[in-house]
Amino acid sequence: MAIRTEPFILNMGPQHPSTHGVFRMRVTLDGEVVLDVEPVVGYLHRGIEKLAEGRTYTQNIPFTDRLDYLASMTNNLAYVLAVEKLAGIEVPERAEHLRIIMAEMMRIASHLMAVGFFLNDLGAMMTPVLYMWREREKLLDLFEMVCGQRLTYNYMRVGGVSHDIPEEFLPALRRFVAEMPGLIDEYDQFLAQNEIVLARSKGVGVLPEDLAINIAASGPVLRASGVQWDIRRGDPYSIYDRFDFDIPVGSAGDCYDRYWVRVQEMRQSVRILEQAIPQLPQGEVCAKVPQLLRPPVGEVYGRIEAPKGELGFYLVSDNSIAPYRFRIRPPTLINLTALRDMVIGWKVADLIITFGSIDVCLGEIDR
Amino acid sequence: MTLLEQFQLWLGSIWPEWAAYITPAIIGVVVVLGFVLTTVIIFIYLERRLLGRFQIRTGPNRLGPEGIFQPIATALKVLLKEDIVPAKADKAVHWLAPVIVFAPILLIFAVVPFGKGAIFTDLNVGIVYVVAISSLSAVGIYMAGWASSNKYALIAALRAVAQMVSYELPVILSILGVVLMVGSLSMNQIVESQSIPFILLQPLGFVIFFLGTVAEMNRCPFDLLEADSEIVAGYHTEYSGMKFALFYLGEYGHAVAYSAIIATLFLGGWQGPLLPPIIWFLIKIVAVFCFIVWMRATLPRLRVDQLMAFAWKCLLPLAVINLFIIAAEVLWLPESMPWIMVVLNFAFAGVLILLWSKLFTLGGGRVEV
Amino acid sequence: MKFERYGIGIAKGMMVTFKHLFRSPITVQYPEEKLAVSRRIRGNELVWYPDRCTGCATCAKSCPHGNIEIVTHVGDENSYVVDKFEVDTGRCMFCGLCVESCPYEALAMGISYERAQYRRGDMVLSKDALLLSDIRRPSGYARPKVEVTLPKQTLLVYWDKDREEGGQKVNFLTLSKKRGRGV
Repeated sequence: MAIRTEPFILNMGPQHPSTHGVFRMRVTLDGEVVLDVEPVVGYLHRGIEKLAEGRTYTQNIPFTDRLDYLASMTNNLAYVLAVEKLAGIEVPERAEHLRIIMAEMMRIASHLMAVGFFLNDLGAMMTPVLYMWREREKLLDLFEMVCGQRLTYNYMRVGGVSHDIPEEFLPALRRFVAEMPGLIDEYDQFLAQNEIVLARSKGVGVLPEDLAINIAASGPVLRASGVQWDIRRGDPYSIYDRFDFDIPVGSAGDCYDRYWVRVQEMRQSVRILEQAIPQLPQGEVCAKVPQLLRPPVGEVYGRIEAPKGELGFYLVSDNSIAPYRFRIRPPTLINLTALRDMVIGWKVADLIITFGSIDVCLGEIDR
Repeated sequence: MTLLEQFQLWLGSIWPEWAAYITPAIIGVVVVLGFVLTTVIIFIYLERRLLGRFQIRTGPNRLGPEGIFQPIATALKVLLKEDIVPAKADKAVHWLAPVIVFAPILLIFAVVPFGKGAIFTDLNVGIVYVVAISSLSAVGIYMAGWASSNKYALIAALRAVAQMVSYELPVILSILGVVLMVGSLSMNQIVESQSIPFILLQPLGFVIFFLGTVAEMNRCPFDLLEADSEIVAGYHTEYSGMKFALFYLGEYGHAVAYSAIIATLFLGGWQGPLLPPIIWFLIKIVAVFCFIVWMRATLPRLRVDQLMAFAWKCLLPLAVINLFIIAAEVLWLPESMPWIMVVLNFAFAGVLILLWSKLFTLGGGRVEV
Repeated sequence: MKFERYGIGIAKGMMVTFKHLFRSPITVQYPEEKLAVSRRIRGNELVWYPDRCTGCATCAKSCPHGNIEIVTHVGDENSYVVDKFEVDTGRCMFCGLCVESCPYEALAMGISYERAQYRRGDMVLSKDALLLSDIRRPSGYARPKVEVTLPKQTLLVYWDKDREEGGQKVNFLTLSKKRGRGV
C-alpha cells in the first residue's frame, strides 16, 4: 500500500539564515524534494532609481554604493563610466589605472565573500567564511585607506577618482598581491577537493548553456555554463584591453563549476593587479568637470563586468543637472531568474546551495 | 564488585538495611549528575575555544580568566529567557520532549566505567543497555519536531528518525565485533580485556562505530537535524528558555556520553600507565571530543539522501563484513598472538575502504517531478 | 560521482584547519585595544570651523539628502552671518560630498566612530555641537593638511608587524594575556 502524501508549502525567508539578506522563497516541497520555487523580492526596495532622478549626477554616486554593497567600487565605476559616455569626458591615465586596481580588488573581495558563503551554505560551520573574511579584511583596510570607508566607498567621480592614493597604499597592495596566490592555493587544499563538497555540489543545480544564454545570465554564472563571455574582453571598457588575463570557463554549469570559476577569477584578478601596479603613471586623478554637470540631451547604456555579472546603467539626459531616467540592470536579479529551473527536483539542501552559488546581493535585486 | 557495592556492604554493617540500600544509590546519582553537568559545561567552553582557534579567532575570553565562566553566563542567559510556546503547539508533548532527550544521557552514565570498580552498576548486559537507552533520544527529537507545529522542525524530526534508525544498525554491528572478542556484554569486562586497545585490533570497526556515533549525536558532517543553513535550527526552532537549555545540554551531553562510550569500547577505557585510571579516562574522552570538534570546524555536511546512502550502502555492508572477519579470527586465530590480528585487520580495513571507495557512489540525486 | 579520492581531500582539509590552530587569531579585543583608523576616515561626526565659513551653502547644495540646514543674514562688511548651521547626522550617509565641495575648508569629516546616541534627536547637530573640540577632531578626508598629522592606519596586510609600524601584530597564543575586566 502506498502511503498517501501531499506537498506542502514552506515559506523560506525573508528571515532565514541563508537567504543572504531578505529574500523570500515560497517553496513547494514533497517531503524533501522541491516541486516549485516562487521567489518573492522587494523587501529591501528603497526606490534608488526614482531617488536618482531628483539628484545631480555627482550626488547619485553614493546611491550606487548601496546597490551591491559587497562590490561598491564596481557599482561606482559602472555609473561614472555611463555618465562619462553621456557627457563625453576624457579620464586621465592615472585615474584609469586606479579604477582598474580598485575594480579588481573589489572583484577579489566580492568573490571571497561569495565562495566563503557558498561553502557555509554547504554546512562548513563558518570556518571558510572566516578564513576568507581575513583576506577580505585586508582589502577593506586598503579601501579604507584610500577613501575613508570600508563598505560604501563613494570613490569614483565623473572624470576620474576622488582622491589620489596615499603613499602607503602601493607597498601594502604589493604585499597583498604577493601573498594572495598562496592563500588561494591553501583554500583550494582546504575544501575544493573535499569529497563531501564534490558530492554535494557536482552535478547539482545545473544551468545548461542554452538556458543561461536565453535568460541573459552573466558573470560567473554564465561562464560556469561554458560560455566564454566577459565584458572586460568582449566589449572592453576603461583600459582593460591593455591587460593580459584569462577568462576561466566551466563546463558543467553546476554549483561546483560556479564555485571553481570564482576561485579562478580571483587568480586572474591578482594577475591584473600584478600588471597594473608597475605601470601606474603619475599625473592627475580627475579631469576638470563642472560641479553641476549638464550632459547633452541623449541616452546611454554603460555596462561593466561587475563581480556578479553584467552591471549596466541606462541614463537619459535632458540637459538638466539630474538624469531624466536612471535605470539599473542588476546582474543578480537576472541570474536569479534561473533559480527555479535549476532546483526543481532537487532537495531543500540543494536549493540552498544553488541559491548560494548564484551569489546574490539583495541590495541590488530590490534596489 | 563495584566501589558502590562495597560501600553499601560497609554501610549495611552500621546502618539499618533500607538506609544502606538507598544512600549509595542517591550518592551515585548525585555523583553522575554532577559529573555530567560539569563535563558538559567544560565541553561547551572547550568547543567554543577550540572552534575559535580553528577559525583564527579567540573564542570567548571575557568573563573570568580566559573566559572560563562564559558557559555559566550562557546558561544563566538561556534560563532567564522567556519561555515561548507556539500557539498551535501540542503543549504536553512540547513540554515533555526536552526531558526525554536529556534523561537518557544521564542513564547512559550508569554503566560507564570510570576506573577499576568505579562504575555505578556493572550490568552484565551493559553495552546492550547503552544501545537501548541511547536510541530513546530519537523519540524525544521527533516529539519536539512534531509538537512545535513548525515546518522546519517537522522536516528535522523526520530526518532525525531516519538518521537515528539507519545509523543504529552499523553501530550495533560494530559493537558486536567488540563483544565477540571480549566474550561479555559487561562494560567493565570490555575495558579489562583490552590489553591492546580495540582501535588497533579492529580499526574498521572503530571507524564505523565512530562515524555512526557522530551521526547519532548530530555532529558535523552529519548534523542534518540542526542544519542551520537549511532548516534554521531544526527541531528546536520553536524552543526557548529552560527547554532550549535542556536541548543544548542534551546535545553536549550526547557528545560526552558517546565520547565516553568510544573511549571505553575502543580506546582502552580507564586503562593506561602511570596516571590514575580516572585521569586516563578523562584524557581519552577529551581527545575524542577534540577530534569531533576538529571535524566540525572543517567539514561541510552531507545531504539527506547521501546520508542515508552512506549508512545503508557503505557503513552497513562494511560492518557486516567486519563482523564476519572478527568472528572468523576469534574462532581460528590463536589467542596468544594478538599482533597477527592487528596486522591482518589493518590490511583488511585498508582493502575494504579502498574497495568501497571504488564501488560506492555519491552525488546526483535529482528526482523527476 | 565516485568516492574515488579515498578521503584524501577530507584529510587535506583537516590538515589546513589544524595548521590554523597554531596561527595567531586576527580578533581585536575591541574596547581595550583599538586599531588606528584610516587617516581619511569618514567618521561619525562633522567638524565645522565658523571662522572659515562664509555661509555660501555649497555643502548644503551638494548633500544628496539635503541634511545640512543653513540660515544666514547679511551682516556688516557685506558678508553673511550664519544664524543656523544644523546637520542631521541620523539621516547622513557619510558620503563626504559636502566636505569635498567646501571651497574654504570650513567643514571636515570627524575621525570619531563611537558616537551612538539613544535618541534620534541627539543626532541633530547644531552650530555649537559641530565645533572643534577634544572629542571632535577632523579627519583627513579631502583635507591633506590634516591628513599628514594623523597616526598611521593599522593594516591587516602587515599582520606580522607592530601596530606602531602600521601593522596589526597578533600574538601567537593569546592565553594569559590580560584582558579587560569583562562584561
